[in-house]
Amino acid sequence: MASFKPTRIQVYPKLGEKVTQDTLYWKNYKAPVQIKEFGAITSIDFSPLAPHTYAVTASTRVHIYGPFSQEPVKTFTRFKDTAYSGRFRSDGQLLVAGCEDSAVRLFDVSGRVAIRMFKGHTKAVHVADFTSHGYQILTGSDDYTCKLWDIPNSAELTSYKEHTDYIRCGITSKLNRDLFFTGSYDHTLKLFDARVDKSVMNMDHGQPVESLLLYPSEGLLVSAGGRYVKVWDLLKGGQPLVSLKNHHKTVTSLCLGSNGQRLLSASLDRHVKVYSTTNYKVVHNFDYAASILSLGLAPDDESIVVGMTNGILSIKHKRTPEDSKGAVQQKRQPAYRIFVKGKNYVPKQEDYLVSKPVRQYLAKYDKLLRKFNVSKALDEAMEQWTRLRKSEIPMAVIKELDRRGTLKNALAGRDEKELCQLLSFVIMNLVDTRFTATLTTMAEMLLDIYQSTVGMSSLVDRQLLRLQELLDKETEYQQELMEVLGMLDVLFASAHPRKEVTLPGRDVCLCSIVVHLPILPCGYL
Amino acid sequence: MVAHADTRVVHRGGSKINFRAPVITQDSRFLICVSGECIKVFSTSTEECIHHLQGHKELVTGLVLNPSNHLQVFSCSEDGTIRLWDFTDGILIRVTLLHLKTPSTLHSVPGHCKKFGLVSLNLPPSVEQHVMVKGHTIVFQSVSTDPKCIAFGQGVRMHALTHSLTHSLTHSHTVFGFALGTSGEMAARNAFTCVACHPKDDCIATGHGDGKIRLWRNFNQEKEYTFSTVHWHHSGVNALCFTPEGTNLLSGGLESVLVQWRYGQEGQKDFLPRLGSSIKEIVVSPDGSLFCTSHTDNKITVIKNCTKVSAVIQGLVHGDGVKTALMVDPRTKALVLNGKPGHLQFYSLQRDQQLYNLDIVQQEYINQSNLDQFEVVKAALDSRGSWLATVEQRSAKEVEISLKLWAFDEHTQSFVLNTTISAPHDGPISEICFSPSSQNSTTLVSVSLDGHFKAWQLTQPDPSDGKQSDEEASWSCDFVGDYHSLEPKCCCFSADGSLLAVSFKEVVTVWSPASWDLLTTLSQPPGAIQDLCFGRLSCSKYLLGATDKNLCCWNLLTCSLEWSTALDVSLLLADPLSENVACPFLFVFRPSEPRPHFSQQALCTGRVTRAVFAPRDEPLDGCEESSQWLNRSQLYFLTHNMELLTFLTKPEEERLMALSKQVAVLKKHKQEFLHTSCLLFISLFISQFALTLSAIMTLVLSILT
Repeated sequence: MASFKPTRIQVYPKLGEKVTQDTLYWKNYKAPVQIKEFGAITSIDFSPLAPHTYAVTASTRVHIYGPFSQEPVKTFTRFKDTAYSGRFRSDGQLLVAGCEDSAVRLFDVSGRVAIRMFKGHTKAVHVADFTSHGYQILTGSDDYTCKLWDIPNSAELTSYKEHTDYIRCGITSKLNRDLFFTGSYDHTLKLFDARVDKSVMNMDHGQPVESLLLYPSEGLLVSAGGRYVKVWDLLKGGQPLVSLKNHHKTVTSLCLGSNGQRLLSASLDRHVKVYSTTNYKVVHNFDYAASILSLGLAPDDESIVVGMTNGILSIKHKRTPEDSKGAVQQKRQPAYRIFVKGKNYVPKQEDYLVSKPVRQYLAKYDKLLRKFNVSKALDEAMEQWTRLRKSEIPMAVIKELDRRGTLKNALAGRDEKELCQLLSFVIMNLVDTRFTATLTTMAEMLLDIYQSTVGMSSLVDRQLLRLQELLDKETEYQQELMEVLGMLDVLFASAHPRKEVTLPGRDVCLCSIVVHLPILPCGYL
Repeated sequence: MVAHADTRVVHRGGSKINFRAPVITQDSRFLICVSGECIKVFSTSTEECIHHLQGHKELVTGLVLNPSNHLQVFSCSEDGTIRLWDFTDGILIRVTLLHLKTPSTLHSVPGHCKKFGLVSLNLPPSVEQHVMVKGHTIVFQSVSTDPKCIAFGQGVRMHALTHSLTHSLTHSHTVFGFALGTSGEMAARNAFTCVACHPKDDCIATGHGDGKIRLWRNFNQEKEYTFSTVHWHHSGVNALCFTPEGTNLLSGGLESVLVQWRYGQEGQKDFLPRLGSSIKEIVVSPDGSLFCTSHTDNKITVIKNCTKVSAVIQGLVHGDGVKTALMVDPRTKALVLNGKPGHLQFYSLQRDQQLYNLDIVQQEYINQSNLDQFEVVKAALDSRGSWLATVEQRSAKEVEISLKLWAFDEHTQSFVLNTTISAPHDGPISEICFSPSSQNSTTLVSVSLDGHFKAWQLTQPDPSDGKQSDEEASWSCDFVGDYHSLEPKCCCFSADGSLLAVSFKEVVTVWSPASWDLLTTLSQPPGAIQDLCFGRLSCSKYLLGATDKNLCCWNLLTCSLEWSTALDVSLLLADPLSENVACPFLFVFRPSEPRPHFSQQALCTGRVTRAVFAPRDEPLDGCEESSQWLNRSQLYFLTHNMELLTFLTKPEEERLMALSKQVAVLKKHKQEFLHTSCLLFISLFISQFALTLSAIMTLVLSILT
């Protein structure tokens, strides 16, 4: 009597990126803490001094959060309208913020009321920053001007009116007290020197500029605008060095991580991308739930803070070695106590070892399959956890049932809830190329069996409509892909040199990339 | 064509041991079963073959223990003799000739055998070695040929089945008939398949095509019989057997589950599931301790104490057909071919014994008809036997293919799965082959009907990846080639592995595996290429191609046709140890000259589907020119109806004869013939009376004083 051979769970190649050092590093964060703010979060700034608190500007407030707090440590509410660009001074004592009402306010971090107000702009001030010595403030406004202010006597020092559109970003040099950069919606970046009354360097980004960043050495400037992130070499008079186009919507925020080894960019496309600053390749990618407006990274990458348009502030803290160790140990302890039972017994000379037959342990669905309980086996495999996390297990069981010719029996006789569950599983995985072939069969069977019940349950009908929508979308997508394939064929044909003996090896390699795109048999509904 | 008297085609191993029910001896120590022209005696505890009882000239068709001396066994054969053997010493005691046979007409026209009868014979007591039996009485006309359809009850009652009737035949030759399900679909499904008699009670159990078992009682009066029905099997009941005490009834069928019913309490039953393949016969030892089931995959299982499989005797598995080519494992010199569904079997030709079964598909086999199962369709071994490639395929709605690569593990001495490639091609794979190149770089080429051929190579894991150093080396695709989007059919590597020939319809393309450049194309229309083969040794500059109508030989140095001949060849075989190439139906030639140095027409009945050259352990020193091609290797071939045949040269035959004579020194046994009356049934080929119609008849031999 041969033993029962358990269902083979197919191991599928992991889709997506390869596991590199970078992915391991950037995945080593805990689950995000989410805090709801009153409006879109436009700016996040970390205090340069420990403990690295951070200022979050959203709606008419600036909140200051502690490194591990979930409640704001401090709140500045004395704004008449939306606040912008809350920034710390290099000593972490003062904070400046612009406002929609054109006034710039300066706060003492320990105080509550603005200690200075700078009035002079005529429109909303989106940019405010301290110069490197800390006695002056740079502001940029929608009235196309940028100004320098003196803090002690709150007087306007200089005003530059060179931009021809809103100024939405600006940054001061940390090494030189007189240098600062501004970026504007007129597509230009300008370097100003406070000692001269006009800009000293001019760069064209080509898109409305959203964010600026200086390398710690201040030899390179990074600008973000439109879908592009551009790096400029300042020592060569502002020559463009690289242009990165990895987002598919406007890039809104930039920041440096890992001591200047990595560059992070956040975009309205809901992604944060991590680049290596040596070759400017994307090494990691974070997904978020909504469009991102602001991004902050604590020193030593201790936490990643992201502000989104829906007012949600997401904070990811780095996992410390103690965290992971503690979790593992806790799990192991009771198992170990049982494990150690009899292990420290020293065998005597006359002892005879009776070998016990190795017992075969079967998964629950396998036990049911052995008894030919097909419906129950499918139910077991469709348990919530496996259905959502390990879809290869239900897939393997479905395949096995199909092979046994009993899939139809297993699918039949379901009530509304179970049917909905089956349909949602199909909808979830149908367009996955690895599963398409099997799920197409399953979907056809489901439709065959439950054809007569259409219209009797609104839940089932909704799922069926969703399935139809999905298929329509997929066929459209496939059609587009075929069109692209056709175009590529034409290109290859024209690029291919005419020879008597063809060398298929080369172009097959190129084509195989295209062929691997998912192909779904269209229109069976 | 020259006739070659010094070589002969013989059956070589792999005969069916499940053709008739095996016999367990009185002391349960031995199991005797038929095996083609000979009878094999196995030990029930060690599975070892103890004796080959050779002597019959034709297929052995029946076996029964001598009721008067339980150390002797009767056998009958299509050659018209009944022989009595001593199975403990392996000695032939007596031959009884039946005058009824006309073997020549029978054997060649088996299709005419339509009428079967049950005949009883009187075996005269005799001490002579050869006895002729003349008289016989016909007991019964037109019964089934299958011995399962005849059973003997207590006393001298006998039950036989015909289409849908059960007869009860008493000593006084009265016959009762019982009919079931008179008309329609029911009648077709509840046909009788087998019968068994209770050893103590007046009860007959019959198995039916719809999976039901009926227990008949009170059948001595035609009108008052009763029957009860039990049903577990989902398809036909193939075998039924009562235990000697009559307490249990055993049944088996397609499900490969042995079901044990309590006699009298049919609601209670025990199961022994997953016996491998469908059960053909069930036999119980006289003391009831051993059960023995014979299966359709040429296997006999010995079951101890009703619950535990204690021994499995496995012959060469005859599947529905060999899909893979015949191969010889370079390590064990075993023949490799399809075995049980989803398995590859390694069969030792020298010992006529299965070495092991390799589970390729690794899935639970569901015994059910009309189910698309995964089948091993292609297999290839590399030249050193360290890699095995298999292709399994299931053609349900769309073709599911996976290519598996197995590495030979020195520690466990078997193949271990290394890489599984699911859906390696879009269409069915028509051929796979390994490059014969030496050392560690082996290439596998798979050719598919989707118009591409792919080269697969073993890639070591990249050490620069850092952490993933525990990964083993695995196979990945190296090159994809095609030619004017034609369908490729076959591929072949040259002996040194420097050239690869792939045929696309009428065109043969020659590639260099080092750079994957197309070197040249060869073509000789009309007709698509069926098989390709490179010459070996001194003929390695030749490439042979077989089309439907022609056999072509190209010279690769000049890239031109050397010779071609009109010949219908579907298979080309190169002997790995000599220059010879064989193409069945049989010509053996060297590629350098278009003249066969051996040819034989009409090898056997049926078409030769597969063949292989198996290298000999030590070369023969036969000096005759016509048999020299067999000196280095032996040619094995498989016919259409799954018979494994080979060529035997005269010196070999003489050597074998000398061996068998030593064994066959006959001891003078004193024959005691006890004066008892008993019944013995054997089926054999005889012609019925003087009628021209030849028939298989079942004999009832009553040994009487």
